[in-house]
Amino acid sequence: MNWQTVIGLEIHVQLSTNTKIFSGASTQVGEAANVNASAIDLALPGTLPLLNKEAVDKAIKFGLAIGAEVNPVSVFERKNYFYPDLPKGYQTTQLDQPIVGAGSIDVTLPNGSVKTVRIHHAHLEEDAGKSVHEGFGDCSGIDLNRAGTPLIEIVTEPDMRNADEAVAFAKALHGIVTSIGICDGDMSQGSMRFDVNISIRPMGEDKLGTRTETKNLNSFRFMERAIELEVDRQIDLLETGGEVTQETRLYNADQHRSRAMRSKEEANDYRYFPCPDLLPVVVSHEHIEELRKSLPELPAARAERYQSDLGLPSKIAIQIADDTAASQYLDASVSKGADAKLAANWITGEITSRANNEDLSFSEIPFSADWLAELLTALKNGVVSSKIAKEVFEYSWQDNQSPNKVIESRGLKQMSDSGELEAIVDDVIANAEQQVANYIKAPAEKRGKMMGFFVGQIMKATQGKANPKQINQLLAQKLNALCE
Amino acid sequence: MALDHETLQKVARLAQLGLSNDDADRLNSDLNNILSMIDSLQTIDTDGIQPMAHPLGFNQPLRDDVVTHQDNREQLLANAPATEDGHILVPKVID
Amino acid sequence: MSMHTLSISQMAKGLREGEFTSEALTRHYLARIEELDDEYNSYITVTPEIAIEQAKAADELIATGNAGVLTGIPIAHKDIFCTKGVRTSAGSKMLDNFISPYDATAVSKLAQSGMVMLGKTNMDEFAMGSTNESSFYGATTNPFNTDMIPGGSSGGSAAAVAALLAPVATATDTGGSIRQPASHCGLTGIKPTYGAVSRFGMIAFASSLDQGGVVARTAEDAALVLDAMMGHDPLDSTSNPTASPATTASLGDSLQGKTIGVPTQFLSDNLDADVKRVFDETRATLESLGAQFKETDLAAAEQAVATYYVIAPAEASANLSRYDGVKFGYRCKDPQDLQDLYLRSRSEGFGDEVKRRILVGTYALSAGYYDAYYRKAQQVRALLTQQILAAFEGVDMIMGPTAPTPAYELGDKVNDPVATYLEDMFTIPANLSGIPAISFAAGFTESGLPIGMQLMAPHYGEAALLNAAHQFQLATNFHVQAVEKVLEVQA
Repeated sequence: MNWQTVIGLEIHVQLSTNTKIFSGASTQVGEAANVNASAIDLALPGTLPLLNKEAVDKAIKFGLAIGAEVNPVSVFERKNYFYPDLPKGYQTTQLDQPIVGAGSIDVTLPNGSVKTVRIHHAHLEEDAGKSVHEGFGDCSGIDLNRAGTPLIEIVTEPDMRNADEAVAFAKALHGIVTSIGICDGDMSQGSMRFDVNISIRPMGEDKLGTRTETKNLNSFRFMERAIELEVDRQIDLLETGGEVTQETRLYNADQHRSRAMRSKEEANDYRYFPCPDLLPVVVSHEHIEELRKSLPELPAARAERYQSDLGLPSKIAIQIADDTAASQYLDASVSKGADAKLAANWITGEITSRANNEDLSFSEIPFSADWLAELLTALKNGVVSSKIAKEVFEYSWQDNQSPNKVIESRGLKQMSDSGELEAIVDDVIANAEQQVANYIKAPAEKRGKMMGFFVGQIMKATQGKANPKQINQLLAQKLNALCE
Repeated sequence: MALDHETLQKVARLAQLGLSNDDADRLNSDLNNILSMIDSLQTIDTDGIQPMAHPLGFNQPLRDDVVTHQDNREQLLANAPATEDGHILVPKVID
Repeated sequence: MSMHTLSISQMAKGLREGEFTSEALTRHYLARIEELDDEYNSYITVTPEIAIEQAKAADELIATGNAGVLTGIPIAHKDIFCTKGVRTSAGSKMLDNFISPYDATAVSKLAQSGMVMLGKTNMDEFAMGSTNESSFYGATTNPFNTDMIPGGSSGGSAAAVAALLAPVATATDTGGSIRQPASHCGLTGIKPTYGAVSRFGMIAFASSLDQGGVVARTAEDAALVLDAMMGHDPLDSTSNPTASPATTASLGDSLQGKTIGVPTQFLSDNLDADVKRVFDETRATLESLGAQFKETDLAAAEQAVATYYVIAPAEASANLSRYDGVKFGYRCKDPQDLQDLYLRSRSEGFGDEVKRRILVGTYALSAGYYDAYYRKAQQVRALLTQQILAAFEGVDMIMGPTAPTPAYELGDKVNDPVATYLEDMFTIPANLSGIPAISFAAGFTESGLPIGMQLMAPHYGEAALLNAAHQFQLATNFHVQAVEKVLEVQA
C-alpha cells in the first residue's frame, strides 16, 4: 500500500533573555548546579511569580515576524503534574488565551518549491529543570538552573508530509527566531527543541491516523532520522496487522532507535486553570507597533534582497538568508568590498565545509568577514590565484592571521614582475630542448595542449606564484617565435 | 455527582496522595457530603456571565529583565532533605 | 494598670516617656507566654532571642527620639508568614522542619516600623479550617473558656491577643480566618481589600482569596498596625498598585448620615438567638451614632459557601503540589522509588482536612468536571461580586453577624466538615469579591462568650470600617469587658 505521512511540530524555543520568565535569576548556562535557582525557581513557600517584560516582548516579536495575530490579552494557566524537575508541581503556561495566535511560515524546499506551513499558535511558558541520572548512585540529582527559563512553544498544523519538509521548516524557523534575536539558536544547548507528531494514512484517505509524539529532538539531522525511523516503524506495524498506539517516544540518536517514554505512559489529566498569582497580560496596540518597527530584516526578505540587489542565484540566496549568522557574514564582507557572488560561493562552499568540520557556526569561526573581503580583493586584483587563495584561507584560519599577512609572510604573492618571470620562462625553454623540438614539429592545432608541460615547469619553478595568464602569454610569444 | 472508590483513588493518584483503604473509607463520605453541598451551584443561572479569576481588574505588571538573584545556593538548599554536589537528590528518575 | 492591658498608643506613650523600656515590655510578654500558654497552645514557636534583640534595638531608637508609634511594640505573627531563620510551619507536619530563608513582606514592613516579634502563632493546617483543630501542633483553646474553639484558621493569633499574650498579631483570611476567630475571641479583626497587604512570603492557600490582616483588641490598635502592613509590593504581582489610604487618619470621622445595608440573607430564622440579639443591639447603637440602616439583597450570597468550596480547594490543590518531599519540607523515610516518595511524603505530611481539600480541588479541576465545577463557581463568583458592588451603590457599608453562632466546644464538629464550612457563610462573600471586612466585639452570650459583628465596605474602604468600629468602641465597652472576662478566667 502507498502511505502518506502527516507531520506536525511543537517547537520549544528558549528566549534569549538575561533572566528567567518569573524570577530575577540568570539564564546563563554552564554554571554549577542550582546556582541560578532562586527561591522562586525552587518554589519555596510564599514565593510568587514576577513576569519578565523581555520574555513577553520577544514572544510578541515572533508573532509579528510570522504575520500572526498578537493577542492584546493573554492569560497564564497552571498545568498540573508531578515531576522532580518541576518544582511547583505545575508548569506555568498558556492554553486558551496564548500570546500569539494563528500565522504561517513560507518554507522553500530543497527542490525550490515553496510550502506554506500554518502555525496554530505560540504560547509563553517556563522551562523545567534537569534530572542528572549519572553520578549519584541509586539517586538522580536535580539541577534547577534551567527551571524557569522563558520558552515559547510554537505549535504547527499537521501540514508537513515528509522529513524533508519538516527539516526545511525547522531550518526556516531557526532562521526567523535567530534573525529577530529572540533565541540564540544554539541547538546543541537545547535552545530549540522539536517534538514531532507523526501519523500515517493510506494515500487518498482524509482521516488522520493515530499519531505518536517523538520528543526533544535537538538537531536537524536527528529530526530527519527520527522521522524516517518512526514512519518506517508505523508502516511496519500497520502492514503486519498491528496498530499504532498514541504515545510519547524518545529517540536515541547514538543507537538510531526509539522507545515509548515510561513516565508518560499513564494518560495525564493536567487540570489546567488560570494561574491566580498572575493577572491577565495586556499589551497595548502602541507597544505592538513599537515592537514591529524594531524588527530586523527577516530571512524571506533577505533572500529577496540577495537576489535582486546582489544578483545571487535563488538557491544560494535562500541558503544564506536562512542562516542569520551567515547572512551577517555575507553582508559584512560585501560592505568591506568583497564581490558578492564570489563571497556567496565562498560562504556556501569553502567556509561552510570548514566550519562544519569544526562544528562551528558563522558567528564563531576564526576567519572574519573582513578577512574574506581582504582575500577576495587580493584574488580579484590578481595578487593571488584562486588556488593560492584557498591556501591563504587555510593558513589564515589555522594561524589566526589576516590573509594579507599570510600572503606577505609566506611569500604567496603572485609574481607580477614580468622581467623576473621572463627569465624563468627563458630558463625553462632552454632546459627542455627535446620538448621544444617536439613543439616546433607539431601541427599548430596540437601545440595548445603541449603548452601544459611548460606551464607546469614554470609553476614548479615559481612555487605557484606566477600569474597563469601572464605565463601563457609569455610562453606563447616565445615558443611561437622559435617556430617561425 | 458522587465519588465512588475507584474515582477517589484515581483523583488521589493525580494529587499524588497515598490513600489506604481505611483512608479512602474515612474520606469518602466527607467528600461526598462536600460535593453534594457544592452541587447547589448547578441551580444558579449563569448564562452569559464571564468567569471571574481575580477579585480586582488589574493587569499583570512586568518586571525589567535585570538579574537580581545572587548565588545563595547553600541557604536555599538548606531545607532540602538530601543534596549532593549542589544537586537535590531523589530516587532515580526514569523518563 | 498592667503593661499587658495597655493599648498600642498607651504603650507607645509609656516607651516614649521612659515609663518602661521595650525590653521590659517584651520580657513581660515572654514571661506571660511562658506562664500561661500551656493552657491555650496559641504559639507554635516563641522567639525570645529575636524579641530581646529587636526590643534592645527599639530602645536605642526610642532614646534618639526618632521612634515611630510602633517602635518597640511586641507583635506575634501567624505561622503562615515566612520569618527569616525561624521555622515557618503553616501548622503542618509538612513544614515542621522548614526554616525560611526570607521574611514575608508584611513581616519585614512591621520589623522596619520597629515592632518586636514574640513568636509564631498556631493555626489550622495551611489555614484550612475554622476551629484551629487541624493544626499539626494541636488545637488552640479559647481564652474565654478553654473547652471552646477559638475559631480559625488564625485561632492562635486571636487566642494570643485575647489572652493578653501579645498586644496584637498578624493573621490571614481566605474565607473568614481573621474575622471569625476575632468574633469568637472578643477582638477586632480586619481583612483589608484583596491586594492591600503583600502576599509575598505568606504561604499560599487559595491565591485569589488569601489576604493578610490584623487581629487586635481595638480598632485603633488594628489601624495602627494595618497602616504599617499595607502598601504596594513589587514582589507580588497581585499587590494593588494604588495604595489604600492610611486608616488612622479617618478614626475621628462621624457616622452621621452613613447608610448601612443589611442583606436579608444574613438574618435567616435559624440564626442563633444570642447572635440575633447582639445584631439588634449593635444596630441600635450605630443608629444612635447617626447611621441609617436599610435592607439590601444579596441573593447570590446563599451560594457563597458552595462557590468558595470549589475555588479555594481548586487553587489549593495546585498551591500545595510543591510540597512533594523533594526540595524542602517533610520527606518520608526510605522511599522505595520516586512514586513512593511522592505518595508517602504527601500522605504522611498532610492532615485529613488538607487531604480533603486537595482531593475536592483535584476532582473539581479534572477532565470532564472543570466546566460544571470550576468554571461555574467562577461565574457565580462574578455574579455575587456584581450584586455586592451594586448593593454598595445604595449603602456605604454592609452589616451582619460575623458567624452564625458563638464559639462551640472543641471536637463538636470534627466529624462534620460541611457543618464547619457553613460557619463561614457570612465571611466568605468578602473574600470572593475582594472587598475589605471587619469583625468587632459587640456583645456576649449568657455564659460570657463573645459575639462579633461584621461590617463590609467597597474596595479600599478599610478606613471607613476601622472608623465605624472605632466609633462603636468609643460608645460601648465590649472590648474592655472582653479583657476583664479573660483576666477573670486567668485569675
